Amino acid sequence: MAEEKYSKRAFLSSQIDLSKFNASDFEKASDEEKRQQDVMGESSTFFRDGMRKLRRNPLAMASIVVLIILIAIAVIAPHICPYSYQTIITVNGRRDKSATNLGPMEYSQLETQYMEDSGKKLFPHLFGTDSMGRDYFIRVVYGTRVSLMVGIVAAVMVLIIGLIYGSIAGYFGGTVDLIMMRIVDVIYSLPDMLIIILLSVVLQQTLTPLIQGTGLAKLGVNMISMFIVFALLYWVGMARLIRGQILQIKNNEYVLAAKSIGTSNGRILRTHIIPNCLSIIIITTALQIPSAIFTESFLSFIGLGVNIPLTSLGSLANDARGAMQTYPLRLVIPAVVISLIVLAFNLLGDGLRDAFDTKLN
Amino acid sequence: MSEEEKYILQVKDLHTSFFTENGEVQAVNGVNFNLRPGETMGIVGESGSGKSVTAYSIMQILAATGKVTKGEILFKGENILGWNEKKMEKFRGKNISIIFQDPMTSLNPTFSIGYQLIEAVRLHTDKTKKQAYDRAVEMLKLVGVNEPEVRMRQYPHELSGGMRQRIMIAMSLCCEPDVLIADEPTTALDVTIQAQILELMQSLQKKLGMAIIIVTHDLGVIASMCDEIMVMYGGRVCERGNADDIFYRPAHEYTKGLLRSIPRADNMNEKLVPIGGTPINMLNLPEGCAFCPRCANAMKICLHQKPDEIAVGQGHRAACFMNIKEAFEEKEGE
Amino acid sequence: MAEEKNLVEVSHLKQYFPVSSGFHKVPLKAVDDVSFAIKPGETLGLVGESGCGKTTVGRSLLRLYEPTAGRIVFDGDVLFDSGESYDEKGNVILDEKGKPLIKNPVKKNMLPYRKKMQMVFQDPYSSLDPLMTVEDIIGEPLDVHHLYKNKAERREKILSLMETVGLNAEHAMRYAHEFSGGQRQRIGIARALAVNPKFIVCDEPVSALDVSIQAQVINMFEELQDKLGLAYLFIAHDLLVVHHISDRIAVMYLGHLMEIADADELNDNPIHPYTLSLLSAVPIPDPKTARESHRIVLEGDVPSPLKMPKGCPFRTRCAYATEECAMHRPPLTDRGNGHMVACFNK
Repeated sequence: MAEEKYSKRAFLSSQIDLSKFNASDFEKASDEEKRQQDVMGESSTFFRDGMRKLRRNPLAMASIVVLIILIAIAVIAPHICPYSYQTIITVNGRRDKSATNLGPMEYSQLETQYMEDSGKKLFPHLFGTDSMGRDYFIRVVYGTRVSLMVGIVAAVMVLIIGLIYGSIAGYFGGTVDLIMMRIVDVIYSLPDMLIIILLSVVLQQTLTPLIQGTGLAKLGVNMISMFIVFALLYWVGMARLIRGQILQIKNNEYVLAAKSIGTSNGRILRTHIIPNCLSIIIITTALQIPSAIFTESFLSFIGLGVNIPLTSLGSLANDARGAMQTYPLRLVIPAVVISLIVLAFNLLGDGLRDAFDTKLN
Repeated sequence: MSEEEKYILQVKDLHTSFFTENGEVQAVNGVNFNLRPGETMGIVGESGSGKSVTAYSIMQILAATGKVTKGEILFKGENILGWNEKKMEKFRGKNISIIFQDPMTSLNPTFSIGYQLIEAVRLHTDKTKKQAYDRAVEMLKLVGVNEPEVRMRQYPHELSGGMRQRIMIAMSLCCEPDVLIADEPTTALDVTIQAQILELMQSLQKKLGMAIIIVTHDLGVIASMCDEIMVMYGGRVCERGNADDIFYRPAHEYTKGLLRSIPRADNMNEKLVPIGGTPINMLNLPEGCAFCPRCANAMKICLHQKPDEIAVGQGHRAACFMNIKEAFEEKEGE
Repeated sequence: MAEEKNLVEVSHLKQYFPVSSGFHKVPLKAVDDVSFAIKPGETLGLVGESGCGKTTVGRSLLRLYEPTAGRIVFDGDVLFDSGESYDEKGNVILDEKGKPLIKNPVKKNMLPYRKKMQMVFQDPYSSLDPLMTVEDIIGEPLDVHHLYKNKAERREKILSLMETVGLNAEHAMRYAHEFSGGQRQRIGIARALAVNPKFIVCDEPVSALDVSIQAQVINMFEELQDKLGLAYLFIAHDLLVVHHISDRIAVMYLGHLMEIADADELNDNPIHPYTLSLLSAVPIPDPKTARESHRIVLEGDVPSPLKMPKGCPFRTRCAYATEECAMHRPPLTDRGNGHMVACFNK
């Protein structure tokens, strides 16, 4: 042993200059000093982590800004803008027949005259007017309102039905799952456009007397049948997704651990399983909105959407089709707004997925 | 023969970092080693020690965020770090091969074993299909696969884990590389299958004469297989030497602690002496010795200075200030 | 002194899982006729290779899976009994129609027993809910069993549990993913201890941890056992770890028990050919022993549990197999001092 130590010393002194060191270097370090070297990272939750990632995603942040602006305009503009989406522009209580087909920011003869006479300034027609003399800006705003509402209401309906159905099938599994999923398969195989068209025809007759005089009448039968179709058909994708998620989460050991400490099924579903698939649910809902808006616009475009005089972006585009050559802006504006909304929701959904989907991390 | 030519593979001052959104993770910080032809070297360390990253850096198969930031990797004296991807493709498999922990992920599930083996052979040689087939069958026989002709037609999922690892070994050795890197080759396997694979690797080395680098966390595997052992912690080499040096004369506090903390035949009825603390946080490397926050004998100097590797015996080197302390105290005592 | 009463008794436990193969379902016999007992304060190690059914034994024992057949007794209470009876040779007694005779089957509500029998899981990453704080994870069993009167008491209990397992109280509000594997395993142990159990099934609790951390957790299990008088069923594939922590060890292969004996006895004097090869295959972290020892390398792979060989499940890889092994399944027989072996030829 002594020999070994000697050789070690010999090895060392030839390599390093021991005089470089002093005795204080070799004092024992205190636990406190050691701990300072070992810092635990900043505490962060799953949610905070995700939000940080989302904030770093320029596309998603831009989408949020665009959506906030669009929604703000849709909510505020009707309170500021003095025109109505359904009536022809009136000047001093007189219908202004000259105010048709105005270009953006133009005033009609009558309006110019009125402004000169009274010295007051009239609110400008930002996007001009349509062929019936209605302010086009406010029509686009109302169209945006309708489109956004359709998108959000449809997505929420899909979410509720899909969540309940999917979690029951996924959690209980076995025969329950088998039967419920076969029903989903059947619904999935139905051609949705055909069903929408058929339903709107059928519902037209049954619903019209029912909703007479209520607020729903304003929306129109087509709109309501569209909601019904969304509720009946589009939840299946969501239900499948949630079922798959739950099947996956169910296999995690923490669910088994919860069982082993005696937690009841309901509590496991509530405290462990649903919260853990929440991120996927939110992402899918965000991606569901643009697809609903798209379908609505498409249906409105082919004339199955909202009832006149209410309008949606799709029906605005449809109306503008006739005068496409002469007034191209009237087609371009709703088309751009649709694209903006759909693109923003899609990019936001992708951003949410990048930030919150645990599988991608 | 010059010093350089004696070695088949030399790694000099290798630094590899991963650039993540939480910052730069310095996975490997200045690793050096030399590998002689036909030698078996073991790299042992826990997760985050940089042992696998060292292996991947040699093969240049790092994830997209990873990059070798400094250093040289010399194969037969030539630095391969500057090579382009095309040249590396030719190099991998022919000169240095790697096998991974999970053979399922490294075999393509959609192709038959035979197809993948034949492709591997033909990638690096100009053999005809028939010749490549014969070579593949020969390799399967060599790694102890029974009924090789039947196996050639099977798909990866039809085989057991041990069989898949054998096939991976056959595939990586079909071009007779000079170096085989085995990254945790038996971690996913059961003990009895692990014994088969280790035995196989040893006998193949005798037959084919390649050098082997075994990357593992299992001190048992290292003890029975390796001529040279390198212990890593926090991206740096703590200690290197032969198996007897490491197991009987450990000269780094981490190695000592590790040996005290594992159950061995001779400490069954004693309490284990664990290494305290938590594994190193690679995003927040300590200023001094990486192991010092967990080291029971850490000294003031360990907090602020990284220890250099010094020789403590013939071919036995360690990077620990405890050795210097001993020498220092001896000198003071004189 | 009369022999100490058993805390846990498992007899003729069978756990089959239906696996569909084509149009019909075949049973996957994960656990087939396993019997053992654990005394209070004792550690029984259960070793075997992957797929041998050791994890299933632990889970069936806690009735996280509903056993196919068998009898589970905890502290004198029958928790589960499928009602079959057995003769001295271990064969099921049949009724006149040739079906097993069923008498008084029992299926107890497990909720009160969940307080007495707990489990620690293998994977410290998937066994803790990523969306819960440490406080909520450890507090969940307290919530479920209403073990506190007010919020302050709950918090106090959680903090004292965290101290017991060596966690810093400052970390109570952190999320599980912020901890390292070893610390997460401590959280899992604290959760199991929250209800003051007498018996814990430890399902490979250290195999996912780094070598340098394993000893911390093993020591903690040992300390807790001394302090709280816990009994463990310690399931693992690492023989050295199992040998270190266990009083007795049971060896499993393909759903069957092969050998059960005192830990040192099994290590020094293994009888079953499978135990022998298992022991010799363990890579010993000691170069001298490794150079001297000779591995008994087993031929071939473990057969699929769906195509279980008839008779002794190990005979396809066994060097001593005879015709008798193919005909009958060897029963566990006592070779003295409670060293039980299931082999005809050894």
